[in-house]
Amino acid sequence: MTQTAMAKTDTGESLKDLARRHGLSSSGRLPSLLTYARQLWDYRHFITSYASARVSNSLGTTYLGLFWQVLTPLFNAAVYYVIFGVILNTKSGAGNFIAYLCCGVFIYSFTSASISNGASSIVSNLGLIRALQFPRAALPISVAIVEIRNLVASMSVLIVIVLLTGEPITWQWIFVLPALFLQAVFNMGMAMFFARLVSKVIDIKQLIPFLMRIWMYMSAVLYPVQRFTDHLHGWKLHLIEANPLLVYIELIRYSLLENVELAGPPKLLWVEAIVWAIVVSFIGFVFFWRGEKGYGRG
Amino acid sequence: MAEDRVPTVIADNANIVYRVIAGMAAGQGSPVASFKRIVTRTKSAAIREVHAVKGASFVAYKGEAIGLIGSNGSGKSTLLRAIAGLMPVEPGGNIYAAGQPSLLGVNAALLADLSGERNVILGCLAMGMTPAEVKPKVKEIIEFSGINERGDFSSLPMRTYSSGMGARLRFAIAAAKKHDVLLIDEALATGDAKFRRRSEQRVRELREDAGTVFLVSHSESTIRDTCERTIWLESGVIRADGPTDDVVSEYEDYMRK
Repeated sequence: MTQTAMAKTDTGESLKDLARRHGLSSSGRLPSLLTYARQLWDYRHFITSYASARVSNSLGTTYLGLFWQVLTPLFNAAVYYVIFGVILNTKSGAGNFIAYLCCGVFIYSFTSASISNGASSIVSNLGLIRALQFPRAALPISVAIVEIRNLVASMSVLIVIVLLTGEPITWQWIFVLPALFLQAVFNMGMAMFFARLVSKVIDIKQLIPFLMRIWMYMSAVLYPVQRFTDHLHGWKLHLIEANPLLVYIELIRYSLLENVELAGPPKLLWVEAIVWAIVVSFIGFVFFWRGEKGYGRG
Repeated sequence: MAEDRVPTVIADNANIVYRVIAGMAAGQGSPVASFKRIVTRTKSAAIREVHAVKGASFVAYKGEAIGLIGSNGSGKSTLLRAIAGLMPVEPGGNIYAAGQPSLLGVNAALLADLSGERNVILGCLAMGMTPAEVKPKVKEIIEFSGINERGDFSSLPMRTYSSGMGARLRFAIAAAKKHDVLLIDEALATGDAKFRRRSEQRVRELREDAGTVFLVSHSESTIRDTCERTIWLESGVIRADGPTDDVVSEYEDYMRK
């Protein structure tokens, strides 16, 4: 005889107690932060594999393929140099303007692309999320890794530009590595933060291009940082100088270029770089983790 | 004896609600209308709720193969997704499961521009296998799916595959791993008779390894062959839960009316 399911088992205990007695966990329960981090670590092969897959996927049908990873930053730099360096002549105040400008453009693009692509990493992968169980942070992190790979290509272009414009190779060049590492950590935090934000309120995705534009203008990418020090004082200047993107750009300029005037002393820049990286990555990760069980609904 | 059996999935008054942003009705799409809505604080009529599963409760034990039947739109796939943890359960109820249940469906979205072989690797990694485990399995999976029967398709991008090939490959990927709780959503319906026999055999093997298997299917022969217990879900409510023969005949009577 068929029977409809009863809320209590034959022995009269509630289903909840039965679950507890046999150690079954609630399907939708959020794992602890540490467990989540460990799960992510277990999925590292998937993350790197998915990052390569995305790169192949996006460049798959183009003729030049991976060569675009180098061409894109090159074209960017060329356009900005012609407009700002030659036509508008904002060079004043910076010695080697091409290299100064290119540092700014490439480092800015690293963060900007990580944030823009990271923001849509959840909302544009709903199919994958709904079909497979894996820690969702794998998606913004793999986006950040794709951008790191693009960065490697643009850094090689940047180094060629720096050498061609007459900068010497000094021991300070080694600082590029920790600076980029810190920026990568910062970018991952931002990608995760925006990924969850956009998945909650998709309208924010429309705002991101504006945010990145404003940020670019505030980060002395297209003109020397002296423009700020000439016009602002006191707390306003400190606010501008604490801008993380400016900090990372300045660190690269400090490492690669000679005779460049920075927004602040190098030690201060390093401290700010480290603090920004730690704070943003932690906040981004926790914020993303809190929303783990909500992605893909609807 | 009920006491000897180990439960693997427990649903306790599970309610599952979809919240959908429906398409804009006429007159709602203009910026003026949106602005009016924001100013007068009316909730957007575009967000609707679909109460897919209403108060489902059951206990599934280790070693059982449970069929899930019901007419279209009755909430079967939704229930499976909730057991897999992919859909949240409304507060007031809960679904408990042993370990991490695996949903084996035809919808595993893979990257269309990548070759079939690369998708197999990606899919296996996404299921939590390590690269060392994946490498020996790739050939097996491709052979099982049968996509190479008419030529070397595994090196071509998946967008060149027929829908059947894509579905068979996805099933083959998902069936490559051992699972504690296996949830199968109509995946056995794809493919010709040859593939169906192979996949039913694979499901039987997986069932021997797995603790519990849930199978959603519209094919009564599959349910009768594979499951000894069946749950009949209708409009989100469990109408019957018991031995397959009895439940399926009740369901057939209902459908004939």
